[in-house]
Order: sequence, then structure tokens, then C-alpha cells
Amino acid sequence: MRRLAQILFFAAFVRPFLRLFVGMRVKGREHLPASGAFVLIANHSSHLDTVALMSLFPLRDLWRIRPCAASDYFERNKIIKFLSHTFIGILPIDRKHIRRDNHPLKVMGEAMSAGSCLILFPEGTRGEGEEVHDFKPGIAHLIESYPSLTVVPIHLRNFGRALPKGEFVPLPFFCEVRIGPPPQLVGTREEVLATLKASIVDLGDDN
Amino acid sequence: MSHWIERLGEHFRSAGVIGHAALVVLAILVLATAVSFILRGRIPEKAAHEFWARTRAWWVMATVFFGAILSNEFVALALFAFVSFWALKEYVTLLHTRAADHRALLWAFLSIPVQYLWIAQDWYQMFLVFIPVWMFLWLPLRLVLARETTGFVASASQIQWGLMAFVFGLSHLAWIAQLTPDRANGIDGRGLLLFLVFTVEMSDVLQFCFGKLFGRHKILPGISPNKTWEGFVLGVVAAALLALVLRSLTPFSVMETIGVALVANVAGFAGGAVMSAVKRDFGVKDFGTLLPGHGGMIDRVDSLCYAAPAFYHIVRFYWL
Repeated sequence: MRRLAQILFFAAFVRPFLRLFVGMRVKGREHLPASGAFVLIANHSSHLDTVALMSLFPLRDLWRIRPCAASDYFERNKIIKFLSHTFIGILPIDRKHIRRDNHPLKVMGEAMSAGSCLILFPEGTRGEGEEVHDFKPGIAHLIESYPSLTVVPIHLRNFGRALPKGEFVPLPFFCEVRIGPPPQLVGTREEVLATLKASIVDLGDDN
Repeated sequence: MSHWIERLGEHFRSAGVIGHAALVVLAILVLATAVSFILRGRIPEKAAHEFWARTRAWWVMATVFFGAILSNEFVALALFAFVSFWALKEYVTLLHTRAADHRALLWAFLSIPVQYLWIAQDWYQMFLVFIPVWMFLWLPLRLVLARETTGFVASASQIQWGLMAFVFGLSHLAWIAQLTPDRANGIDGRGLLLFLVFTVEMSDVLQFCFGKLFGRHKILPGISPNKTWEGFVLGVVAAALLALVLRSLTPFSVMETIGVALVANVAGFAGGAVMSAVKRDFGVKDFGTLLPGHGGMIDRVDSLCYAAPAFYHIVRFYWL
């Protein structure tokens, strides 16, 4: 039932909206893995970011795509909790009261062993404007725990102009999703974080 | 030459306003398609491919345009509103907007359905003053309410100018389309619109072709490298003469037809030149990727942003 609601939501609303209103363009689709466990990481400046990334996948695969979302925000009341779970299928991450049984690494690992792929915004929260902020260390921990994990860097362009933080009516700026090849991740945690950030920043270059 | 074209026009006169124009456009498209097949293998592959891509896009555009005009006035109105929307969308994406501009930009987009609503209601006064009076007074105020003064003047003028060109200017196409003989001195607006769009677009195409063939002297160096004096003069004049085949759609005499078409084509050139300067300013080659070989919506309708208001107000002054 939840899967059907989500498919209808994307087919009838999200996709036409992104296509006709936003005019979303996708570059580098060939870098999206066809199968296996992977994590999409992207810069974050808008509530449109998550649905834009999910719309990259066929409707029948939607259920597998789990955006990691702060439970203090996306489960802050019953209505928002219901909507985020039904239509988006968030993977709630508790960032306030971390215990052994709700540890983010454990939650993400279980989701991936159940066949899910994750969407992660390593900046931790939505930023202002088009600048990419420093990454939180969580993604580096995840890679340490799952060394064979494929991490796909994605640069989201103009989404923060279309629907910035604090606004609720989106504007029809042309938005672009630029998908890059998974980078080689070696070295210390800081080096891994720097490599990942650079791979997203570089995708944003050229104009 | 003009006599011969005039005879051809007489021949089509019985076919009805739109059927007549459709036949002329069909003939030109078939000719262009034939030429693109003949060129294949005779000129460099890239050039041949581009020629075909452009021709194919013209087939699509002509089909959509005639389809909308033929169906009914609301479909035509919706098409023109969509053209305004897409053009404004391409324009604001290129702007260096500030976070504080969000709400003002929202109002700018909301003005599109409202402007086309005045047209649907046939309210001429409001159609004329809504953008240049009411929106222009309101937008700076909305920017003030956002309480950010750095870059205020730049934002206000950029947004206003976009509305002027892509909403006010282009909406003249829809205004012309909804004129009916009983209200417009016996003139069918759809015929007038076809005449305008035909001569301006032919002028664009012919300026490009003559420029490629005979172009030596750049007319706007540093702004538009493809525009030459030879292309400009030959294209504008040839398109004005060609416009005679559609004279039956208009209230004009032969000389008036050529004169009005010349003004529209020169205004169209001005529109193209201005939009080229906009592209230069933002450092882009095309406004978008909507039409293969043509670029974005603005790349195709840039000349109409200028030609439509200039043409309409001249026609209104002398004929309506």
C-alpha cells in the first residue's frame, strides 16, 4: 500500500512537476550503478533535492531508495512523519539521542542489507545559496564500516534557488542534476571527506 | 519578382485564411527538407546535420503553432502563455538573483496568467498597463519588503526588463490572435498574426542564410558574430517581399505590406541583437536546450519580443 502511494505520488505529481515546471536536466546518468549497494551523496540546499534524486530511478525501484533524514525534523509531528514515510520512504536518523540500538551506522547498515540504497547529504543540513559546505564525518564512518560501498557524488544545481530554505513556493528555475563517477577513497578520514567534497564541488564547475 | 509572388498569393486566396498560410509554410518546409537531403554528402557532415536539425525543429514548431491557432482561442492563448513562461524561466535562470528576490520573482511569474487573462477578457486598457504600470510599481515595493538593499536596483531592473520583453512583448502575439473582424475593422487577428510571425521568422532564417552565403562585414562585432550587413539587408528585404504571398491575410496594399513587413523585420533584428547582448553579458551561447539546433525558447522568439509590439501598434495606429 505504501509502495503504491509512493509510486502514484511520483508518477502523478513529482515527475511532471520536475519535468514541466522545474525543467530538470540530468547529466552523467551513466554513472548511476545499475545494481548493488550504493550511496548517493549530494550538496543540499532545498527540499526539492531529495525528490529530484529519487526521480532518477524507475518507479519500480523507488522503494529501495531511502533518503537518510533527521528524525527530529522529519518526524517532528504525526502528519509530517506520516508524509515523509509514506511518500518519500525516509530512513529516520536520530541525531540527538544516539544509543547503541539506534546508532546511525547500524540503521544504515540494516537498511542496506535489506536491499536499500541510501541518499545522504553529508553537509548535514540545507545550506544557503550554491556553496558546498564542509561534510560531517558520518559518511567517512560509513565507508570505513563498508569498504566495498559505492559512493556516487552528485552536484545539484539551482535547486537552492528554486526552493531555498525558509520559502514554501518553488520558482521555476532550470535545475540540473550532475552525476559523477564514484571516486577512489583512500587515506585518513579527513582525506576521504576532502576527496568526497572535492568530487561534488568539481561537478559544479565549468560555468 | 514581387508581381510573380503576388500572382501566387491570388492563387491561394480562395483557400481560406489559415489554410492559405499553412500551404505556404508547408511548401517552404518541404523545400527545406528536400534541400537538406540534397545537401547530405555534399557539404561537411556537421553542417548538413545542423541544417536537418533546424529544419526538423521548424516542422515541430510550425505544427504546434498552426495546431494551436486552428483549434480554438483558448488553446492559442495557453500556447502563448507557455511561451512567455518558458522564456521568462530561461531568463531568470541566467540572472544573478539574490535570496531576497524570491518573492518578487514569484510575483513576476504570477503576472503571466494574469496578463493573458486580460487578453482572454478582451480588456485592452488593462492589457496595456498591467505590466508597465502595476507590476512595475509593485515589484520594487516587494523587493523593499524583503529588506535587502544591496543589489536592489539591479534586481528590480532585471526582473522588470524580463517582464517587459517576455510577458508584455510576447503577449502581443496573443492579443493579435484574438482580434475578430467585427471588433477590429474587418481584420481577422489570426491572419494578421500568421503574417507577422511568417515575415519575422523568414527574415531570421534568410538573414542567417544570406549571412552564411554572402556575409563579409560584421554588423555587430563583439555582440553577435553571425550577423552581417549583407545578411541583414538581403534577409530583411527578401522576407518583406516574400510576405506578399500572405498579403490576403491583411488589410494592407502591396506597398504597405512591404513597408509594414520591413518595419517588423527590422524590429525583429533589433530583438535578436538585444538578446544576443543579454547572452554575452551572462557568458552563454544559447538560452537553453529546448529545440535542437535552435537553442532555447528565447533564441527562437527573441525577434518577436520586439517585432510583435512594434508591428501591432503600427497596425493599430493606421488600420484599426
